[in-house]
Amino acid sequence: MRTRDAKKRSRDFREVALGLTERQALKEARRCLQCKKPMCVEGCPVEINIPAFIAAIRNTDFPGALNVIRQYNMLPAVCGRVCPQENQCQSRCILGKKKAPIAIGALERFAADYEARKGLSERPVKIRPNGHKVAVIGSGPAGLTAAADLAKMGYDITIFEALHEAGGVLLYGIPEFRLPKKIIKREIEYVKSLGVKILLNWVVGKTQTIEELFREGFRAVFIGVGAGSPRYMSIPGENLNNVYFASEFLTRVNLMKAEQFPRYDTPVKKARKVAVIGGGNVAMDSARTALRLGAEKVFIVYRRSGDEMPSRQEEVEHAKKEGIIFKFLTNPKEIIGDERGYVKAIRCDRMVLCEPDTSGRRRPECSGEEFILDVDQVIMAIGQTSNPILVRSIEGLKLWGAGYIEVDENGASNIPGIFAGGDISTGAATVISAMGAGKRAARAIHDFIAKPK
Amino acid sequence: MYKILKKETVAPQVEAMIIDAPYIARHHQAGNFVVLRIDEKGERIPLTIADADSEKGTITLLFQKIGKTTEKLGTLKPGTAIRDIAGPLGHATPILQYGHCVLVGGGIGSATLYPILKALNKKNNRVTVILGARTSDLLVWGDRFKALSDEVLFTTDDGSSGLKGLVTGALKDVMDKSEVKIVIAVGPIRMMQAVAELTKPYNIKTLVSLNPVMVEGTGMCGACRVTVGGKTRFACIEGPEFDAHEVDFHVLADRLEFYREEEQESMKLFKKKKCKRNCKK
Ligand SMILES: Cc1cc2nc3c(=O)[nH]c(=O)nc-3n(C[C@H](O)[C@H](O)[C@H](O)COP(=O)(O)OP(=O)(O)OC[C@H]3O[C@@H](n4cnc5c(N)ncnc54)[C@H](O)[C@@H]3O)c2cc1C
Ligand SMILES: Cc1cc2nc3c(=O)[nH]c(=O)nc-3n(C[C@H](O)[C@H](O)[C@H](O)COP(=O)(O)OP(=O)(O)OC[C@H]3O[C@@H](n4cnc5c(N)ncnc54)[C@H](O)[C@@H]3O)c2cc1C
Ligand code: SF4
Ligand code: SF4
Ligand code: FES
Repeated sequence: MRTRDAKKRSRDFREVALGLTERQALKEARRCLQCKKPMCVEGCPVEINIPAFIAAIRNTDFPGALNVIRQYNMLPAVCGRVCPQENQCQSRCILGKKKAPIAIGALERFAADYEARKGLSERPVKIRPNGHKVAVIGSGPAGLTAAADLAKMGYDITIFEALHEAGGVLLYGIPEFRLPKKIIKREIEYVKSLGVKILLNWVVGKTQTIEELFREGFRAVFIGVGAGSPRYMSIPGENLNNVYFASEFLTRVNLMKAEQFPRYDTPVKKARKVAVIGGGNVAMDSARTALRLGAEKVFIVYRRSGDEMPSRQEEVEHAKKEGIIFKFLTNPKEIIGDERGYVKAIRCDRMVLCEPDTSGRRRPECSGEEFILDVDQVIMAIGQTSNPILVRSIEGLKLWGAGYIEVDENGASNIPGIFAGGDISTGAATVISAMGAGKRAARAIHDFIAKPK
Repeated sequence: MYKILKKETVAPQVEAMIIDAPYIARHHQAGNFVVLRIDEKGERIPLTIADADSEKGTITLLFQKIGKTTEKLGTLKPGTAIRDIAGPLGHATPILQYGHCVLVGGGIGSATLYPILKALNKKNNRVTVILGARTSDLLVWGDRFKALSDEVLFTTDDGSSGLKGLVTGALKDVMDKSEVKIVIAVGPIRMMQAVAELTKPYNIKTLVSLNPVMVEGTGMCGACRVTVGGKTRFACIEGPEFDAHEVDFHVLADRLEFYREEEQESMKLFKKKKCKRNCKK
């Protein structure tokens, strides 16, 4: 896929990947073998009929292609951009055995962007209201998908969102240069066009309890509140000034538009030398954001090696091209501050890789050698965990691990009428898996209401 | 949108605002706060719910104009609206039948003690309120406090009202005279720290309400982290009240300085714009 020049793009927030041209899309679509038993579909968590939409692209029926995708996936323009395709649909494509697999994600994005460019819009589906109210908590991909699917079945849906804008991580986590905000807005408009109401600034568990929602006549509740709480290392110096948790750093920029301070009121500190701790998508996004805010040097500090990094390959490539410096096998053990309480360096252990651990990745261990990296900002991107506000407010709700909601394969919790999905039931995962969970839960909620036992 | 119903200047640079927010009013408990954003470009700031009327569906906010957002909030007129208000957030103050309780308020912090006083009063506690300020006109809601407490002591730095001196002096007297079960202090960091140091040798349970910078106020960003008992805690969901004897006030004070430059820049621009507008008129 074409990308914007690395030097230029690393100084602004406009989208990096440009998408396929019509000619490129047609050419790519023609390579598809239209397999009778398409392996690619098995790799897609929402089982999009991939050969069918690619066939439509081949016939230059681009809106048709999108209609196929939309039957399975509410957010094609989003998934086409941020899905870890290389581990999902594309990793299974039969062509991948010998040469490059079909660029399924890029084609999906093409179909969605084509519609947006041409201003075409799918005719709103005819909906016959069935009079049942269902509440959806959280407007991330899980919540949006559950809401849209249920709305199409005729349910009267209200989404309750804690923040002042809808979209979840898509909005406040993933940066503009990877997923432009206008795309999310468009997808949300589509969900609203199905009759879904969205109440913002509504912190369920605080502004209203789940119990009250049931009392107000909601027949079922879908919880898609994500895994929004940042993890931290508990090393000395973590509360110094200019140590950010990635979620705060990204929220300031993505949700509050701090890069436009003082035009927008929320500031974010710009630094010269930044160390981002972690190796996932969140770390890549933080590093590339810091660069765009004007940092001279940005390090990714990761305790394993490049092979173990959980972030998407494409994003790592983009980051490298933009000049992010990778410090592998490096584990910070202390953040050193100056007399005013500001970061001035980090003390790190050099690591070596040993036997694989339970996650199958090789376990890092201290080599005994340490060194100091001079930086004036540190961004902690070592993962998220469950946010306690809502889950703790529900008496008797069965949880697992660090406070995730335990659900069956359909998203049903142990309390009748309460369903959940996405990061709050799986732990931090992916956009498409959250959507898949929303979809399954929508079906289960329909069964719960329409076919009571 | 949350409509402003009434506005009143209660002290120099301090405004009280009654706002239509029925769900927040209904669920409010002593100790809770809201996070608000005035408009599209605004910052999200936390303000304590100083009072709530669940029947009328209103909340009262009391704020000191010290920066861009609070200054701008102060320019809003009744009838206009605030774009976003989320709440009620934070833990509720633990309200038990303690016996003799002392509430210590410094400056604007005083008003945020009002719901706590109301709640303690309902549980038949004996409550002494100590309100301190630089000078007498900065003492807010004194009469409201008088109406609900067993005793109200005022202290001012300049002696313009009540006792001359700091709240800690008055607090010490009270503790020496009576068996105090709990002290709850809200105000400037230095004051809360002084209270903590004073009550510690007495072994009296002491709560302070911490005011770190917050972003979303729902536990998702970690901006509001404070060090309590050597551990990192998120003030917006685990606080804002913490055991005063465990709080690391230094870390808090340092972290509150972090955006000083940006705050000043914001304020300067805001004043310049306001001045331009006024000159045109
Ligand atoms: C920086 C970053 C980059 C990422 N990059 C990728 C990527 O490239 N590809 C990919 O597939 N995945 C990526 N992910 C992961 C992906 O974004 C998440 O797995 C996905 O968004 C989870 O969706 P969700 O619907 O479960 O929750 P979320 O998207 O987290 O949405 C939850 C929503 O619920 C709201 N909420 C929380 N509590 C309450 C409450 N009490 N009341 C009301 N509302 C509430 C929140 O405000 C939020 O809007 C990334 C994540 C981050 C943080
Ligand atoms: C839980 C909580 C409850 C609060 N309740 C109230 C209240 O009821 N009434 C009230 O007037 N204020 C309250 N505050 C403080 C209030 O949030 C800040 O005054 C406000 O954010 C300042 O915004 P600004 O843009 O006007 O000023 P800024 O320009 O952001 O700040 C100006 C000055 O205020 C200091 N400051 C910035 N943020 C805070 C903060 N969070 N707390 C204390 N000082 C700060 C800065 O160091 C600076 O010196 C509360 C804070 C918290 C965390
Ligand atoms: S949604 Fe994701 S996994 Fe499914 S086809 Fe699209 S890019 Fe592939
Ligand atoms: S596996 Fe590859 S070639 Fe076969 S249908 Fe899917 S995309 Fe086309
Ligand atoms: S303000 Fe974001 S976690 Fe507390």
